[in-house]
Amino acid sequence: MTKEIYITQTNCITPLGFDVQSNIDAILRGESGIQLHENTSLMPAPFYAAIISEEKIDNAFAKISTATKYSRLEKMMILALEPIIKKAEIDLDSKVAFILSTTKGNVTALQNDSEESFKTAHLDVLAKNVADFFGFKTQPIVVSNACVSGILAVSIAKRIIQSELYDHAFVIAGDEVSEFVLSGFNAFQAMSDSPCKPYSKNRTGVSLGEATAAVLVSANPATAKIKVIGDSSINDANHISGPSRTGEGLFRSIQNALKEAQIDGQKLDYISAHGTATPFNDEMEAIALSRLGLQNIPVNSLKGFYGHTLGASGLLETVIAIESANKNILFESKGFDEIGVSESINVIQKNEEVFIEYFLKTASGFGGCNTAVVFEKVK
Amino acid sequence: MTQKTYIQSYCTIQNNEIVLNGTSVFKTEPTEFADFSKQAYRNFEMQYPKFFKMDALSKLAFLGAELLLSPITSTELENNIALVLANKSSSLDTDVKYQESISDKENYYPSPAVFVYTLPNICLGEISIRHQLKSENSFFIFDVFNTEFMSNYSNILLHSGKAETVLCGWVEFFNDNYKAFLCTISAQENEKYTNETINTLYNK
Repeated sequence: MTKEIYITQTNCITPLGFDVQSNIDAILRGESGIQLHENTSLMPAPFYAAIISEEKIDNAFAKISTATKYSRLEKMMILALEPIIKKAEIDLDSKVAFILSTTKGNVTALQNDSEESFKTAHLDVLAKNVADFFGFKTQPIVVSNACVSGILAVSIAKRIIQSELYDHAFVIAGDEVSEFVLSGFNAFQAMSDSPCKPYSKNRTGVSLGEATAAVLVSANPATAKIKVIGDSSINDANHISGPSRTGEGLFRSIQNALKEAQIDGQKLDYISAHGTATPFNDEMEAIALSRLGLQNIPVNSLKGFYGHTLGASGLLETVIAIESANKNILFESKGFDEIGVSESINVIQKNEEVFIEYFLKTASGFGGCNTAVVFEKVK
Repeated sequence: MTQKTYIQSYCTIQNNEIVLNGTSVFKTEPTEFADFSKQAYRNFEMQYPKFFKMDALSKLAFLGAELLLSPITSTELENNIALVLANKSSSLDTDVKYQESISDKENYYPSPAVFVYTLPNICLGEISIRHQLKSENSFFIFDVFNTEFMSNYSNILLHSGKAETVLCGWVEFFNDNYKAFLCTISAQENEKYTNETINTLYNK
Protein backbone atom coordinates (compact mmCIF):
# COMPACT_ATOMS: atom_id res chain seq x y z
CA MET A 1 0.00 0.00 0.00
CA THR A 2 1.51 3.31 -1.05
CA LYS A 3 1.81 5.88 1.70
CA GLU A 4 -0.57 8.81 1.68
CA ILE A 5 1.22 12.13 1.44
CA TYR A 6 0.11 15.51 2.77
CA ILE A 7 1.17 19.11 2.83
CA THR A 8 0.89 20.05 6.47
CA GLN A 9 2.41 23.54 6.69
CA THR A 10 2.63 26.42 4.21
CA ASN A 11 4.07 29.91 4.08
CA CYS A 12 5.09 32.53 1.53
CA ILE A 13 7.00 35.81 1.28
CA THR A 14 5.71 37.97 -1.57
CA PRO A 15 5.12 41.63 -2.45
CA LEU A 16 1.53 41.08 -1.21
CA GLY A 17 2.51 39.94 2.26
CA PHE A 18 4.86 37.96 4.48
CA ASP A 19 2.41 35.24 5.50
CA VAL A 20 -0.32 33.25 3.78
CA GLN A 21 -3.24 35.13 5.33
CA SER A 22 -2.06 38.57 4.22
CA ASN A 23 -1.57 37.21 0.70
CA ILE A 24 -5.10 35.82 0.61
CA ASP A 25 -6.53 39.09 1.96
CA ALA A 26 -4.72 41.03 -0.79
CA ILE A 27 -5.93 38.65 -3.49
CA LEU A 28 -9.52 38.97 -2.24
CA ARG A 29 -9.14 42.76 -2.43
CA GLY A 30 -7.89 42.38 -6.00
CA GLU A 31 -4.46 43.85 -5.27
CA SER A 32 -1.54 43.03 -7.51
CA GLY A 33 2.14 43.12 -6.59
CA ILE A 34 3.05 44.18 -10.13
CA GLN A 35 4.12 47.82 -10.44
CA LEU A 36 6.00 50.00 -12.88
CA HIS A 37 9.67 50.26 -11.89
CA GLU A 38 12.25 52.72 -13.05
CA ASN A 39 15.58 51.34 -11.95
CA THR A 40 18.41 51.47 -14.45
CA SER A 41 20.53 49.12 -12.33
CA LEU A 42 17.94 46.47 -13.25
CA MET A 43 16.80 47.55 -16.74
CA PRO A 44 17.72 50.44 -19.04
CA ALA A 45 14.02 51.22 -19.62
CA PRO A 46 11.06 51.27 -17.17
CA PHE A 47 9.48 47.84 -16.65
CA TYR A 48 6.60 46.13 -14.87
CA ALA A 49 7.52 43.62 -12.15
CA ALA A 50 6.44 42.42 -8.71
CA ILE A 51 9.31 43.31 -6.39
CA ILE A 52 9.54 43.05 -2.59
CA SER A 53 10.80 46.11 -0.74
CA GLU A 54 14.33 45.76 0.65
CA GLU A 55 13.31 47.48 3.85
CA LYS A 56 10.47 45.04 4.52
CA ILE A 57 12.79 42.07 4.08
CA ASP A 58 15.43 43.56 6.38
CA ASN A 59 12.91 44.55 9.05
CA ALA A 60 11.29 41.13 9.09
CA PHE A 61 14.65 39.38 9.09
CA ALA A 62 15.93 41.52 11.99
CA LYS A 63 13.12 40.05 14.11
CA ILE A 64 14.47 36.51 13.74
CA SER A 65 18.23 36.97 13.42
CA THR A 66 20.99 39.52 13.88
CA ALA A 67 23.25 37.77 11.35
CA THR A 68 24.41 39.96 8.48
CA LYS A 69 26.01 37.34 6.24
CA TYR A 70 22.88 36.34 4.32
CA SER A 71 22.01 37.42 0.79
CA ARG A 72 18.64 38.99 0.05
CA LEU A 73 17.29 35.72 -1.40
CA GLU A 74 18.63 33.72 1.56
CA LYS A 75 16.79 36.07 3.93
CA MET A 76 13.58 35.63 1.92
CA MET A 77 13.99 31.85 2.07
CA ILE A 78 14.76 31.81 5.79
CA LEU A 79 11.74 34.08 6.43
CA ALA A 80 9.45 31.66 4.57
CA LEU A 81 10.77 28.58 6.37
CA GLU A 82 11.18 29.92 9.89
CA PRO A 83 7.54 29.92 11.08
CA ILE A 84 6.70 26.53 9.59
CA ILE A 85 9.78 24.84 11.03
CA LYS A 86 8.89 26.33 14.39
CA LYS A 87 5.23 25.26 14.17
CA ALA A 88 6.03 21.77 12.90
CA GLU A 89 7.97 20.82 16.05
CA ILE A 90 9.86 18.06 14.23
CA ASP A 91 13.41 17.03 15.14
CA LEU A 92 15.52 17.82 12.08
CA ASP A 93 17.08 14.36 12.06
CA SER A 94 18.31 11.98 9.37
CA LYS A 95 14.72 11.30 8.21
CA VAL A 96 13.91 14.95 7.49
CA ALA A 97 14.80 16.09 3.97
CA PHE A 98 15.47 19.67 2.92
CA ILE A 99 14.62 20.39 -0.71
CA LEU A 100 15.48 23.76 -2.24
CA SER A 101 14.15 24.69 -5.66
CA THR A 102 15.22 27.68 -7.70
CA THR A 103 16.14 28.61 -11.23
CA LYS A 104 18.81 31.25 -10.66
CA GLY A 105 19.42 31.35 -6.89
CA ASN A 106 22.01 34.01 -5.96
CA VAL A 107 22.82 34.84 -9.58
CA THR A 108 23.17 38.52 -8.62
CA ALA A 109 26.44 37.50 -6.93
CA LEU A 110 27.99 37.27 -10.43
CA GLN A 111 27.90 41.08 -10.64
CA ASN A 112 30.79 41.07 -8.22
CA ASP A 113 34.12 39.71 -9.47
CA SER A 114 35.42 38.38 -6.14
CA GLU A 115 36.04 34.69 -5.56
CA GLU A 116 33.92 34.77 -2.40
CA SER A 117 30.97 36.27 -4.25
CA PHE A 118 31.33 33.74 -7.06
CA LYS A 119 31.10 30.94 -4.51
CA THR A 120 27.71 32.18 -3.27
CA ALA A 121 26.37 32.00 -6.84
CA HIS A 122 26.53 28.20 -6.50
CA LEU A 123 23.15 26.67 -5.71
CA ASP A 124 24.60 24.09 -3.31
CA VAL A 125 26.16 26.93 -1.31
CA LEU A 126 22.83 28.78 -1.22
CA ALA A 127 21.15 25.59 0.00
CA LYS A 128 23.80 24.99 2.65
CA ASN A 129 23.52 28.55 3.96
CA VAL A 130 19.75 28.21 4.39
CA ALA A 131 19.93 24.63 5.71
CA ASP A 132 22.59 25.52 8.30
CA PHE A 133 20.48 28.40 9.62
CA PHE A 134 17.99 25.80 10.82
CA GLY A 135 20.41 22.94 11.48
CA PHE A 136 19.19 20.34 8.97
CA LYS A 137 21.19 17.11 9.35
CA THR A 138 20.63 15.73 5.85
CA GLN A 139 22.42 16.95 2.73
CA PRO A 140 20.25 19.54 0.95
CA ILE A 141 18.59 18.38 -2.27
CA VAL A 142 18.57 21.19 -4.84
CA VAL A 143 16.13 20.98 -7.75
CA SER A 144 16.85 23.34 -10.65
CA ASN A 145 14.49 22.52 -13.47
CA ALA A 146 13.56 25.92 -14.88
CA CYS A 147 10.06 27.19 -14.14
CA VAL A 148 8.66 23.85 -12.97
CA SER A 149 11.22 23.68 -10.12
CA GLY A 150 8.84 24.68 -7.30
CA ILE A 151 6.06 22.24 -8.10
CA LEU A 152 8.49 19.51 -9.17
CA ALA A 153 10.01 19.81 -5.68
CA VAL A 154 6.61 18.85 -4.19
CA SER A 155 6.46 15.85 -6.43
CA ILE A 156 10.03 14.82 -5.48
CA ALA A 157 9.17 15.26 -1.79
CA LYS A 158 6.16 12.98 -2.23
CA ARG A 159 8.23 10.34 -4.00
CA ILE A 160 11.10 10.22 -1.50
CA ILE A 161 8.67 9.97 1.43
CA GLN A 162 6.62 7.25 -0.28
CA SER A 163 9.80 5.28 -0.84
CA GLU A 164 10.49 5.60 2.93
CA LEU A 165 13.84 7.30 2.45
CA TYR A 166 12.50 10.17 4.55
CA ASP A 167 9.54 10.82 6.86
CA HIS A 168 9.20 14.54 6.18
CA ALA A 169 10.50 17.06 3.66
CA PHE A 170 10.71 20.80 4.10
CA VAL A 171 10.51 22.36 0.66
CA ILE A 172 11.58 25.92 -0.13
CA ALA A 173 11.29 27.60 -3.52
CA GLY A 174 12.54 31.05 -4.38
CA ASP A 175 13.75 33.37 -7.10
CA GLU A 176 14.52 37.08 -7.34
CA VAL A 177 13.94 39.74 -9.97
CA SER A 178 17.46 40.47 -11.23
CA GLU A 179 19.15 42.32 -14.06
CA PHE A 180 20.25 38.89 -15.31
CA VAL A 181 16.72 37.52 -15.72
CA LEU A 182 15.08 40.80 -16.81
CA SER A 183 17.62 41.29 -19.61
CA GLY A 184 17.20 37.67 -20.73
CA PHE A 185 13.41 37.74 -20.96
CA ASN A 186 13.68 41.12 -22.62
CA ALA A 187 16.16 39.73 -25.17
CA PHE A 188 13.54 37.06 -25.92
CA GLN A 189 11.03 39.90 -26.42
CA ALA A 190 8.91 38.08 -23.86
CA MET A 191 8.26 41.04 -21.51
CA SER A 192 4.85 42.64 -21.31
CA ASP A 193 4.61 46.43 -21.68
CA SER A 194 1.77 46.44 -19.11
CA PRO A 195 0.97 44.21 -16.10
CA CYS A 196 0.73 40.70 -17.58
CA LYS A 197 -2.64 39.45 -18.87
CA PRO A 198 -2.69 35.64 -18.83
CA TYR A 199 -4.95 33.99 -21.47
CA SER A 200 -6.14 37.41 -22.71
CA LYS A 201 -6.46 38.49 -26.29
CA ASN A 202 -4.13 41.44 -25.78
CA ARG A 203 -1.46 39.66 -23.78
CA THR A 204 2.05 40.56 -24.84
CA GLY A 205 4.25 38.61 -22.45
CA VAL A 206 5.38 38.13 -18.86
CA SER A 207 5.79 40.45 -15.94
CA LEU A 208 8.56 39.07 -13.75
CA GLY A 209 8.17 38.71 -10.02
CA GLU A 210 9.97 37.50 -6.94
CA ALA A 211 8.87 35.43 -4.00
CA THR A 212 9.72 32.55 -1.74
CA ALA A 213 7.30 29.84 -0.65
CA ALA A 214 7.77 27.00 1.81
CA VAL A 215 5.81 23.87 2.64
CA LEU A 216 6.19 20.81 4.81
CA VAL A 217 5.42 17.55 3.00
CA SER A 218 4.75 14.65 5.33
CA ALA A 219 3.13 11.24 5.70
CA ASN A 220 1.71 12.36 9.04
CA PRO A 221 -1.94 13.39 8.53
CA ALA A 222 -2.10 15.45 11.73
CA THR A 223 -2.50 19.15 10.75
CA ALA A 224 -2.77 18.12 7.07
CA LYS A 225 -3.89 20.96 4.81
CA ILE A 226 -4.15 18.96 1.61
CA LYS A 227 -3.37 15.50 0.25
CA VAL A 228 -0.99 15.03 -2.72
CA ILE A 229 -2.52 12.22 -4.78
CA GLY A 230 -0.80 12.14 -8.17
CA ASP A 231 2.10 13.72 -10.00
CA SER A 232 4.06 13.56 -13.22
CA SER A 233 6.72 15.60 -14.98
CA ILE A 234 7.04 14.90 -18.70
CA ASN A 235 9.28 16.63 -21.25
CA ASP A 236 7.88 17.89 -24.58
CA ALA A 237 10.94 16.60 -26.49
CA ASN A 238 10.20 19.38 -28.92
CA HIS A 239 12.07 22.66 -28.36
CA ILE A 240 14.37 24.09 -25.67
CA SER A 241 12.98 27.64 -25.59
CA GLY A 242 9.36 27.24 -26.63
CA PRO A 243 6.50 24.94 -25.68
CA SER A 244 5.20 22.16 -27.88
CA ARG A 245 2.42 23.40 -30.18
CA THR A 246 0.29 20.43 -29.20
CA GLY A 247 1.03 20.70 -25.48
CA GLU A 248 2.18 17.09 -25.57
CA GLY A 249 4.36 17.13 -22.45
CA LEU A 250 1.75 18.95 -20.38
CA PHE A 251 -1.00 16.71 -21.77
CA ARG A 252 0.91 13.60 -20.73
CA SER A 253 1.91 15.04 -17.35
CA ILE A 254 -1.73 15.77 -16.47
CA GLN A 255 -2.89 12.42 -17.84
CA ASN A 256 -0.32 10.52 -15.74
CA ALA A 257 -1.01 12.56 -12.60
CA LEU A 258 -4.77 11.91 -12.88
CA LYS A 259 -4.12 8.23 -13.47
CA GLU A 260 -2.01 7.93 -10.35
CA ALA A 261 -4.63 9.92 -8.41
CA GLN A 262 -7.23 7.46 -9.71
CA ILE A 263 -9.71 10.18 -10.53
CA ASP A 264 -11.37 11.19 -13.75
CA GLY A 265 -10.40 14.65 -14.97
CA GLN A 266 -14.03 15.74 -14.73
CA LYS A 267 -13.80 15.44 -10.95
CA LEU A 268 -11.39 18.36 -10.83
CA ASP A 269 -13.02 21.46 -9.35
CA TYR A 270 -10.21 23.84 -10.15
CA ILE A 271 -6.99 24.12 -12.15
CA SER A 272 -4.19 26.43 -10.99
CA ALA A 273 -2.37 26.72 -14.30
CA HIS A 274 0.95 28.28 -15.30
CA GLY A 275 -0.38 31.14 -17.49
CA THR A 276 2.75 33.24 -18.03
CA ALA A 277 0.90 35.45 -20.52
CA THR A 278 3.34 34.81 -23.36
CA PRO A 279 1.43 34.11 -26.58
CA PHE A 280 2.85 30.58 -26.99
CA ASN A 281 2.68 29.34 -23.41
CA ASP A 282 -0.97 30.22 -22.82
CA GLU A 283 -2.00 28.86 -26.20
CA MET A 284 -0.17 25.60 -25.50
CA GLU A 285 -1.90 25.21 -22.12
CA ALA A 286 -5.33 25.81 -23.62
CA ILE A 287 -4.64 23.14 -26.24
CA ALA A 288 -3.43 20.62 -23.65
CA LEU A 289 -6.45 21.25 -21.38
CA SER A 290 -8.83 21.01 -24.29
CA ARG A 291 -7.27 17.74 -25.52
CA LEU A 292 -7.90 16.34 -22.04
CA GLY A 293 -11.53 17.51 -22.04
CA LEU A 294 -10.79 19.89 -19.16
CA GLN A 295 -11.83 23.07 -21.00
CA ASN A 296 -14.83 23.65 -18.71
CA ILE A 297 -13.01 23.28 -15.38
CA PRO A 298 -12.44 26.71 -13.77
CA VAL A 299 -8.85 27.76 -14.34
CA ASN A 300 -6.71 30.69 -13.28
CA SER A 301 -3.17 31.95 -13.48
CA LEU A 302 -1.91 33.83 -10.41
CA LYS A 303 0.75 35.61 -12.49
CA GLY A 304 -1.49 38.71 -12.61
CA PHE A 305 -0.97 39.02 -8.82
CA TYR A 306 2.65 37.95 -8.48
CA GLY A 307 4.21 38.16 -11.93
CA HIS A 308 6.24 35.17 -13.05
CA THR A 309 8.30 34.18 -10.02
CA LEU A 310 10.18 31.51 -12.06
CA GLY A 311 11.27 28.59 -9.85
CA ALA A 312 9.15 29.86 -6.97
CA SER A 313 5.94 30.09 -8.99
CA GLY A 314 4.85 26.44 -8.84
CA LEU A 315 5.16 26.27 -5.07
CA LEU A 316 3.79 29.76 -4.37
CA GLU A 317 0.76 29.06 -6.55
CA THR A 318 0.24 25.71 -4.80
CA VAL A 319 0.26 27.45 -1.42
CA ILE A 320 -2.42 29.86 -2.65
CA ALA A 321 -4.44 27.10 -4.35
CA ILE A 322 -4.51 25.13 -1.07
CA GLU A 323 -6.19 28.17 0.55
CA SER A 324 -8.57 28.36 -2.37
CA ALA A 325 -9.57 24.74 -1.79
CA ASN A 326 -9.88 24.97 1.98
CA LYS A 327 -11.85 28.23 1.82
CA ASN A 328 -13.92 27.01 -1.18
CA ILE A 329 -13.22 30.18 -3.15
CA LEU A 330 -12.03 30.40 -6.74
CA PHE A 331 -9.78 33.45 -7.11
CA GLU A 332 -10.06 35.65 -10.18
CA SER A 333 -7.41 35.23 -12.87
CA LYS A 334 -6.16 38.80 -12.55
CA GLY A 335 -5.44 40.69 -15.75
CA PHE A 336 -7.84 38.60 -17.82
CA ASP A 337 -10.24 40.46 -20.12
CA GLU A 338 -11.20 38.70 -23.32
CA ILE A 339 -10.27 35.11 -24.17
CA GLY A 340 -7.19 35.09 -26.39
CA VAL A 341 -6.40 31.41 -26.86
CA SER A 342 -7.71 29.30 -29.71
CA GLU A 343 -9.33 26.65 -27.51
CA SER A 344 -12.01 27.98 -25.21
CA ILE A 345 -11.10 27.47 -21.53
CA ASN A 346 -13.03 28.48 -18.42
CA VAL A 347 -10.91 31.34 -17.04
CA ILE A 348 -12.14 32.52 -13.61
CA GLN A 349 -13.27 36.13 -14.06
CA LYS A 350 -14.27 37.01 -10.51
CA ASN A 351 -13.88 35.52 -7.04
CA GLU A 352 -16.53 32.90 -6.59
CA GLU A 353 -17.58 30.51 -3.82
CA VAL A 354 -17.52 26.93 -5.09
CA PHE A 355 -17.01 23.64 -3.25
CA ILE A 356 -13.51 22.40 -4.09
CA GLU A 357 -12.58 18.78 -3.44
CA TYR A 358 -9.91 18.14 -6.09
CA PHE A 359 -7.57 20.56 -7.83
CA LEU A 360 -4.71 20.36 -10.30
CA LYS A 361 -1.52 22.45 -10.33
CA THR A 362 0.52 22.67 -13.52
CA ALA A 363 3.69 24.39 -14.67
CA SER A 364 5.83 24.41 -17.80
CA GLY A 365 9.26 25.79 -18.54
CA PHE A 366 12.33 26.21 -20.71
CA GLY A 367 13.95 22.94 -21.71
CA GLY A 368 10.48 21.60 -22.59
CA CYS A 369 9.67 20.59 -19.01
CA ASN A 370 6.16 20.28 -17.59
CA THR A 371 4.82 19.19 -14.20
CA ALA A 372 1.30 18.34 -13.03
CA VAL A 373 0.25 17.52 -9.47
CA VAL A 374 -3.26 16.55 -8.32
CA PHE A 375 -4.43 17.47 -4.80
CA GLU A 376 -7.40 16.31 -2.73
CA LYS A 377 -9.01 18.12 0.16
CA VAL A 378 -8.50 16.33 3.47
CA LYS A 379 -11.81 14.96 4.76
CA MET B 1 9.14 -6.73 -2.13
CA THR B 2 10.86 -4.00 -4.10
CA GLN B 3 12.18 -5.25 -7.39
CA LYS B 4 15.92 -5.23 -7.94
CA THR B 5 17.33 -2.87 -10.53
CA TYR B 6 20.51 -3.22 -12.57
CA ILE B 7 23.04 -0.91 -14.16
CA GLN B 8 22.90 -1.71 -17.87
CA SER B 9 25.68 0.44 -19.35
CA TYR B 10 27.81 3.36 -18.30
CA CYS B 11 29.92 6.04 -19.87
CA THR B 12 32.56 8.39 -18.46
CA ILE B 13 33.88 11.50 -20.17
CA GLN B 14 36.89 13.28 -18.68
CA ASN B 15 40.47 14.27 -19.53
CA ASN B 16 39.88 14.19 -23.30
CA GLU B 17 38.70 10.60 -23.17
CA ILE B 18 35.41 8.73 -23.45
CA VAL B 19 35.14 5.38 -21.69
CA LEU B 20 32.14 3.20 -22.49
CA ASN B 21 31.45 0.23 -20.22
CA GLY B 22 35.03 0.27 -19.01
CA THR B 23 36.61 0.45 -22.47
CA SER B 24 38.23 3.57 -23.87
CA VAL B 25 36.36 4.33 -27.09
CA PHE B 26 37.73 7.77 -27.92
CA LYS B 27 40.72 9.78 -26.84
CA THR B 28 42.50 12.92 -28.05
CA GLU B 29 45.69 14.72 -27.18
CA PRO B 30 45.14 17.33 -24.44
CA THR B 31 42.94 20.04 -25.93
CA GLU B 32 40.09 22.37 -25.00
CA PHE B 33 36.65 20.86 -24.52
CA ALA B 34 35.27 22.73 -27.55
CA ASP B 35 37.78 20.95 -29.76
CA PHE B 36 37.55 17.62 -27.95
CA SER B 37 33.73 17.57 -28.20
CA LYS B 38 33.82 18.43 -31.91
CA GLN B 39 36.29 15.63 -32.59
CA ALA B 40 34.19 13.18 -30.58
CA TYR B 41 31.04 14.22 -32.47
CA ARG B 42 32.81 13.60 -35.79
CA ASN B 43 34.41 10.37 -34.64
CA PHE B 44 31.03 8.84 -33.80
CA GLU B 45 29.39 10.35 -36.93
CA MET B 46 26.54 11.77 -34.94
CA GLN B 47 24.98 13.87 -37.71
CA TYR B 48 23.01 16.24 -35.55
CA PRO B 49 23.86 19.85 -36.52
CA LYS B 50 21.98 21.25 -33.49
CA PHE B 51 24.94 19.97 -31.48
CA PHE B 52 26.98 22.99 -32.57
CA LYS B 53 24.46 25.42 -31.11
CA MET B 54 24.63 23.87 -27.66
CA ASP B 55 26.60 25.22 -24.73
CA ALA B 56 29.41 23.10 -23.28
CA LEU B 57 27.28 21.52 -20.53
CA SER B 58 24.68 20.37 -23.05
CA LYS B 59 27.38 19.07 -25.41
CA LEU B 60 28.92 17.08 -22.58
CA ALA B 61 25.61 15.55 -21.50
CA PHE B 62 24.58 15.00 -25.11
CA LEU B 63 27.76 13.07 -26.00
CA GLY B 64 27.38 10.70 -23.06
CA ALA B 65 23.66 10.23 -23.66
CA GLU B 66 24.28 9.60 -27.34
CA LEU B 67 26.56 6.64 -26.68
CA LEU B 68 24.21 5.09 -24.11
CA LEU B 69 20.83 5.81 -25.69
CA SER B 70 21.40 5.46 -29.44
CA PRO B 71 21.66 1.66 -29.25
CA ILE B 72 18.43 1.35 -27.22
CA THR B 73 16.11 4.02 -28.62
CA SER B 74 14.23 4.43 -31.83
CA THR B 75 12.39 7.49 -33.02
CA GLU B 76 9.46 5.34 -34.16
CA LEU B 77 8.85 3.82 -30.74
CA GLU B 78 7.89 5.28 -27.39
CA ASN B 79 10.91 5.26 -25.12
CA ASN B 80 10.03 5.64 -21.46
CA ILE B 81 13.55 6.57 -20.38
CA ALA B 82 13.67 9.10 -17.55
CA LEU B 83 16.52 11.60 -17.29
CA VAL B 84 17.92 12.23 -13.81
CA LEU B 85 21.10 14.29 -13.93
CA ALA B 86 23.01 16.39 -11.44
CA ASN B 87 26.10 18.54 -11.05
CA LYS B 88 27.83 21.06 -8.83
CA SER B 89 28.16 24.13 -11.04
CA SER B 90 24.62 24.24 -12.48
CA SER B 91 24.82 26.34 -15.68
CA LEU B 92 27.40 28.72 -14.18
CA ASP B 93 29.80 28.34 -17.11
CA THR B 94 27.19 29.91 -19.40
CA ASP B 95 25.84 32.18 -16.63
CA VAL B 96 29.24 33.86 -16.34
CA LYS B 97 29.40 34.38 -20.13
CA TYR B 98 25.87 35.81 -20.13
CA GLN B 99 26.68 38.09 -17.18
CA GLU B 100 29.67 39.45 -19.13
CA SER B 101 27.32 40.39 -21.97
CA ILE B 102 25.26 42.65 -19.69
CA SER B 103 27.83 43.96 -17.17
CA ASP B 104 29.35 46.63 -19.37
CA LYS B 105 26.66 49.16 -20.25
CA GLU B 106 28.76 50.47 -23.14
CA ASN B 107 28.90 46.98 -24.54
CA TYR B 108 25.48 45.56 -23.65
CA TYR B 109 24.42 42.68 -25.86
CA PRO B 110 22.20 40.12 -24.06
CA SER B 111 21.57 37.25 -26.45
CA PRO B 112 18.54 34.96 -26.22
CA ALA B 113 20.62 32.12 -27.69
CA VAL B 114 23.00 32.36 -24.72
CA PHE B 115 20.32 33.15 -22.10
CA VAL B 116 18.40 29.95 -22.80
CA TYR B 117 21.42 27.90 -21.71
CA THR B 118 21.56 29.63 -18.32
CA LEU B 119 19.44 26.78 -16.93
CA PRO B 120 21.03 23.41 -16.12
CA ASN B 121 17.98 21.41 -17.23
CA ILE B 122 18.34 22.60 -20.84
CA CYS B 123 20.69 19.65 -21.40
CA LEU B 124 17.80 17.35 -20.43
CA GLY B 125 15.68 19.07 -23.08
CA GLU B 126 18.42 18.58 -25.68
CA ILE B 127 18.67 14.85 -24.92
CA SER B 128 14.87 14.51 -24.87
CA ILE B 129 14.57 16.13 -28.30
CA ARG B 130 17.35 14.03 -29.80
CA HIS B 131 15.96 10.71 -28.58
CA GLN B 132 12.28 11.73 -28.55
CA LEU B 133 11.97 11.05 -24.84
CA LYS B 134 8.59 12.25 -23.63
CA SER B 135 9.52 11.16 -20.15
CA GLU B 136 10.24 12.19 -16.55
CA ASN B 137 13.18 14.52 -16.17
CA SER B 138 14.79 16.43 -13.33
CA PHE B 139 18.06 18.19 -12.70
CA PHE B 140 19.62 18.25 -9.23
CA ILE B 141 22.52 20.20 -7.77
CA PHE B 142 24.84 18.78 -5.11
CA ASP B 143 28.17 19.81 -3.65
CA VAL B 144 29.56 16.42 -4.78
CA PHE B 145 27.88 13.62 -6.75
CA ASN B 146 25.37 12.23 -4.25
CA THR B 147 25.32 8.72 -5.70
CA GLU B 148 23.08 7.38 -2.96
CA PHE B 149 20.32 9.91 -3.58
CA MET B 150 20.63 9.66 -7.35
CA SER B 151 20.39 5.88 -7.38
CA ASN B 152 17.55 5.91 -4.83
CA TYR B 153 15.62 8.46 -6.86
CA SER B 154 16.19 6.47 -10.07
CA ASN B 155 14.87 3.37 -8.34
CA ILE B 156 11.78 5.25 -7.17
CA LEU B 157 10.98 6.14 -10.80
CA LEU B 158 11.47 2.51 -11.86
CA HIS B 159 9.54 0.98 -8.95
CA SER B 160 6.62 3.38 -9.23
CA GLY B 161 6.32 2.65 -12.96
CA LYS B 162 7.05 6.27 -13.86
CA ALA B 163 9.94 5.06 -16.06
CA GLU B 164 11.10 1.81 -17.65
CA THR B 165 14.74 2.87 -17.82
CA VAL B 166 16.55 5.77 -16.16
CA LEU B 167 19.52 7.63 -17.58
CA CYS B 168 21.17 8.76 -14.36
CA GLY B 169 24.38 10.64 -13.81
CA TRP B 170 26.67 13.56 -13.14
CA VAL B 171 27.48 16.20 -15.77
CA GLU B 172 29.81 18.85 -14.40
CA PHE B 173 31.26 21.62 -16.52
CA PHE B 174 32.91 24.85 -15.48
CA ASN B 175 35.69 26.80 -17.14
CA ASP B 176 36.87 23.87 -19.24
CA ASN B 177 37.00 21.52 -16.25
CA TYR B 178 34.59 18.71 -16.87
CA LYS B 179 33.49 15.27 -15.91
CA ALA B 180 30.48 13.31 -17.05
CA PHE B 181 29.39 9.98 -15.68
CA LEU B 182 26.16 8.55 -17.08
CA CYS B 183 24.57 5.16 -16.71
CA THR B 184 21.36 3.45 -17.69
CA ILE B 185 19.43 1.60 -15.00
CA SER B 186 16.45 -0.70 -15.37
CA ALA B 187 14.82 -3.78 -13.86
CA GLN B 188 16.13 -5.96 -16.66
CA GLU B 189 18.58 -8.49 -15.25
CA ASN B 190 22.20 -7.78 -16.07
CA GLU B 191 24.95 -9.71 -14.32
CA LYS B 192 27.76 -7.52 -15.69
CA TYR B 193 27.70 -4.94 -12.93
CA THR B 194 26.19 -6.82 -10.00
CA ASN B 195 29.16 -6.04 -7.79
CA GLU B 196 29.28 -2.44 -8.92
CA THR B 197 27.25 0.58 -7.87
CA ILE B 198 27.00 4.03 -9.39
CA ASN B 199 29.49 5.05 -6.75
CA THR B 200 32.15 2.45 -7.60
CA LEU B 201 31.76 2.99 -11.35
CA TYR B 202 31.91 6.78 -10.97
CA ASN B 203 35.15 6.53 -9.03
CA LYS B 204 36.85 4.10 -11.42
